[in-house]
Amino acid sequence: MALYSEKVMDHFRNPRNVGVIENADGVGEVGNAKCGDIMKIYLKIENDKIADVKFETFGCGSAIASSSMATELIKGKPVSEALALTNKAVVEALDGLPAHKLHCSVLAEEAIKAALKDYYDKNGIEYDRSQFPDCENCEHCCANHT
Amino acid sequence: MNIYLDNAATTKMSQTAIAAMLPYMDGIYGNPSSLHSAGQKANEALTSARERIATLLGCEPREITFTSGGSEADNQAIISAAKLGEEKGKKHIVSTAFEHHAVLHTFEKLKKAGFDITLLDVHENGLITPDQVTDAIRPDTCLVTIMYANNEIGTVQPIAEIGAICRERGVLFHTDAVQAIGHLHINVKEQNIDMLSLSAHKFHGPKGIGVLYARKGIRLTTLIEGGAQERGKRAGTENIPAIMGMVAAMEEACAKIDENAVKLTALRDKLIAGLSEIPHAILNGDEKQRLPGNVSFCFEGIEGESLLLLLDDKGICASSGSACTSGSLDPSHVLLAIGRIHDVAHGSLRLSLSAENTEEEVAYIITAVKEVVEYLRSISPIWRDLVAGKKEFVIK
Ligand SMILES: Cc1ncc(COP(=O)(O)O)c(C=O)c1O
Ligand SMILES: [Zn+2]
Repeated sequence: MALYSEKVMDHFRNPRNVGVIENADGVGEVGNAKCGDIMKIYLKIENDKIADVKFETFGCGSAIASSSMATELIKGKPVSEALALTNKAVVEALDGLPAHKLHCSVLAEEAIKAALKDYYDKNGIEYDRSQFPDCENCEHCCANHT
Repeated sequence: MNIYLDNAATTKMSQTAIAAMLPYMDGIYGNPSSLHSAGQKANEALTSARERIATLLGCEPREITFTSGGSEADNQAIISAAKLGEEKGKKHIVSTAFEHHAVLHTFEKLKKAGFDITLLDVHENGLITPDQVTDAIRPDTCLVTIMYANNEIGTVQPIAEIGAICRERGVLFHTDAVQAIGHLHINVKEQNIDMLSLSAHKFHGPKGIGVLYARKGIRLTTLIEGGAQERGKRAGTENIPAIMGMVAAMEEACAKIDENAVKLTALRDKLIAGLSEIPHAILNGDEKQRLPGNVSFCFEGIEGESLLLLLDDKGICASSGSACTSGSLDPSHVLLAIGRIHDVAHGSLRLSLSAENTEEEVAYIITAVKEVVEYLRSISPIWRDLVAGKKEFVIK
């Protein structure tokens, strides 16, 4: 199908970093089954670096590819770099996504941020709240269904 | 392996239909409105095509209007009935919640013009009862429009009973028979059908051609203005090659209805039995009152688009009512109408068979779907929560 780029299809068919991390240092889950995409990210953090990352995704081809690419982009990187990952970077690394699929890349960014926030919360680390999406009051994607 | 299982979306043209078209692209290419002999030859073909279609539907040639397909026929039927109703101060229409968008979107236009639309509940089995129609008809009802067979879940409505009720109550009855023609025996007179839409590409004919049957005396509203073709009800030089292909395909399909039904029903029921072995899977639509070639399932814990893409990798062309395949956030209105909640409706799969499919293919498909569903569940956080008991299964 020509719906997606070769890169997207590669990450969809052979997703990197699928699975779970037991006793993860941070876990983030975003999305909603109602709107058709849920992403869950597990992080292992050592020396302020993403020592390991795994994901599970319920969703379409681009949701699975976006999760896979996002995990590749942060693996081994300092936490500060993971926090700075944007959906745009995910889309670029995938050689683009169709317009109506961009929300999948947003979910990938948000899933990683949610996992990092969980890590900060668990460890009592201070952080700038404005760096994280306000999930409770989010208008995007699924909000209009609830 | 290359298996086409999306015949409800469109079909491969039959060799008979292709052969029937060719002479009208090459030798007999005149315009049926022309006075010269080339035009008159085309006009003869048009006249005979109209007669042959009328014979197949059980109506008169003058009750046949050629359109660009099912969508146009649906639009014209509903707009015409609404116009006739409005002239008598009747602005109420009865239909169902799971009609094709060609019907539902036409209602949106009519609502803005003050029409009141009652959409009947189609229940979990995807069927309405004749009593629902009786109860919904009001003194100001100008039209009942109910699809013959549903395009996603294949359920077949009790059309003759509904037709009888409408005739008795003096209300026009239209049916979108796009998925039924060539697959089920239809006779508009016997079934009291006042208007009917059909589309050639669903029965191995060409795309972009269809028919609106309207019982004589029902004045059609012209949607495409221009020349006097189709008695002034549909302007535009007739697409003779497509019309000839449609007629040939329809005669062929109608002649084989019983033979194909036996074959397809057997394949369908094998598929249903095989896919039912997948845990937490459910058949959409009534098990018996469905098209011979339609199989529709929801699988809990997965999403339909990724299922389709992975099946495509295995050489299987299928379809889904998931939101992601439609470009909107909402899954199919058909699945929502039969009460599937969003979470489950996203994980839908439609397999629509043709007589070309084989038992070997069915066996291969069952294995392939099982594998792909299992794999997608293994990477799904919802599935993990369901299995761990953190969430309750919706499909038992
Ligand atoms: C039930 C039904 N009605 C109408 C249509 C529209 O037909 P067409 O594609 O010929 O406009 C379709 C097919 O897409 C259909 O399945
Ligand atoms: Zn979404």
